[in-house]
Amino acid sequence: MKNFHINHREKDQIDILEIRGELDAHTASKLEDSLKTLIDKKKRNIIVNCNDLEYIASAGLGVFMAYIEDVRGLGGDIKLTNMNEKVYNVFDLLGFPTLYDILDDEIEAIKQFQHPDKQDSPS
Amino acid sequence: MTSKNKHTLVVNASTSHLADVRDFVAERSREYGFDEETISDIRLAVDEACTNIIKHAYQYDEEKRVEIQVGLKDNALWVCLTDTGDTFDPNSYSKPDLYKQMKNRKRGGVGVFLIRELMDEVEYSRDNESNTIKMVKYRTE
Repeated sequence: MKNFHINHREKDQIDILEIRGELDAHTASKLEDSLKTLIDKKKRNIIVNCNDLEYIASAGLGVFMAYIEDVRGLGGDIKLTNMNEKVYNVFDLLGFPTLYDILDDEIEAIKQFQHPDKQDSPS
Repeated sequence: MTSKNKHTLVVNASTSHLADVRDFVAERSREYGFDEETISDIRLAVDEACTNIIKHAYQYDEEKRVEIQVGLKDNALWVCLTDTGDTFDPNSYSKPDLYKQMKNRKRGGVGVFLIRELMDEVEYSRDNESNTIKMVKYRTE
């Protein structure tokens, strides 16, 4: 698969998917498989680190749209972190930031999973 | 007024060619002197249009072909994607409700919205057996 890779690691019972390259209708199935595998194992605290994500099309956004409710249904969340401005703008165009937790970095996301009560309330 | 520097790429209707289509359009836009931010918009809009053709017009039939033409006219870039599959009716389209889609675990339907947001003009037409989506992006400087 051209130019899209996923690395999975675990930290403090949180599953972190580092996604790299270009996420489009061709590569989205790879992300979908990774998320499905985690959900099937009832993993519910998931971070998708987008630090090396260079491009996203709506097929990539669609994967998040299709699975976020399942994860939230398990009492967890999918938090997105480390997006570059170009990628963030695509999420923003569709109104994702009001419905999904998009954070500056992974540490912030880990903190929120560990201490959800300490989350800043939206102003 | 005539179009100058027109370029054409023809690919099979497979998502494996999306990266080539994006690169082709980005390269031409760069040659025409567009800035990187605008090129990003054009790349995404063309990707979405091509994906819709593969998915909806051809239902993933990889034997079918998509023609992509790019040109410059009156200081604006135009891109045409042509297919011979099922016709898309732009009137059937409505703005996606992200919250509802998320709740219903539904994806898709946002490509057309993105294309309209990213490009300055979007026009769908049908001629004989072929469908064309024409998108235009103005130069901003």
